[in-house]
Amino acid sequence: MAYDYEKSIRPGKLPHIWCPGCGHGIVMKGLIRAMDTCGLEKNNTALVSGIGCASRLPGYMDFCTLHTAHGRAAAFATGVKMSKPEMTVICCGGDGDGTAIGGNHFIHACRRNIDMTYVLLNNHIYGMTGGQFSPCTPTDAKASTTPYGNPDPTFDISKLAIGAGATFVARTTAFHATQIDKLIAEGIKHKGMSVIEVVDDCPTTYGRRNKFRSVVDMMKVLKETAVPVAAAAKMSAEQLEGKILTGVLYKEDKPEYCEQYKKIIDRVQGA
Amino acid sequence: MSAKAEIEIIERYCKGCAICAEFCPTKVLEMDAFVVKVANADACIACNQCELRCPDFAIKVHKL
Repeated sequence: MAYDYEKSIRPGKLPHIWCPGCGHGIVMKGLIRAMDTCGLEKNNTALVSGIGCASRLPGYMDFCTLHTAHGRAAAFATGVKMSKPEMTVICCGGDGDGTAIGGNHFIHACRRNIDMTYVLLNNHIYGMTGGQFSPCTPTDAKASTTPYGNPDPTFDISKLAIGAGATFVARTTAFHATQIDKLIAEGIKHKGMSVIEVVDDCPTTYGRRNKFRSVVDMMKVLKETAVPVAAAAKMSAEQLEGKILTGVLYKEDKPEYCEQYKKIIDRVQGA
Repeated sequence: MSAKAEIEIIERYCKGCAICAEFCPTKVLEMDAFVVKVANADACIACNQCELRCPDFAIKVHKL
């Protein structure tokens, strides 16, 4: 039998709204497989998102879902987790939503090391609003607001998450479909803030402006630029120029925020 | 060579991105205008890559 994705999707929601070839669907499949691997119950799992193409993902999923203000997924998710620490909380969002408009909420959720999983779909652009450049748009790439090329340096989301204090950080691409569910499942099982960056493709607003002839070309670039962390350790800086490191980039055990908060409540109430 | 799996295509979901046809290692799938079709069913080795990479939930691989 083929894998049953429909059991996790709200009835009548397919076909979804994403463009032909958009990698978000591949990530959604990976997320469903990861949630099945971890045995998450529908009533005990919250999927939280902000605004954007990637943030539509929870709307399709038959779990407890919360579609919030632009960039505020991490803030609302923190509220959900604090009030119901027994729930598994997963955030989904894009690069613009997570690192620009919601950059502040994102880094502070990382800093607190609250037990949630943030699946960040990095498609290098604001897709839904018409292709404006985001902090993850590569330098010199064209967007609707940078028609002559983007002068800005690029944000490295995984390094940002590690620097801010997230205790599990991993990266993969939409091409590496089997790695997506393994990393997300590992992130869900990890106690503390897990950030899984999935480098994705946006054929409509990014690919067309940047001379990618088709979705397949974008997928091939993802395939060719991804380098596993173990292989990268043996490569020189010149060889790694323009490559994306994939796999588990960082992992450590640190006190989790809800548990620390509970200790304070117990101490003060007990005194 | 006999097929190792039967591929079901839900045409209503397919948006014709061609990712499945391009990355199929045995060229089982082919594009027919805007929808994918099974062109060479016997060559299927049941690797499941088309199902994994279909962003539109349009492919189901039933292993035989």
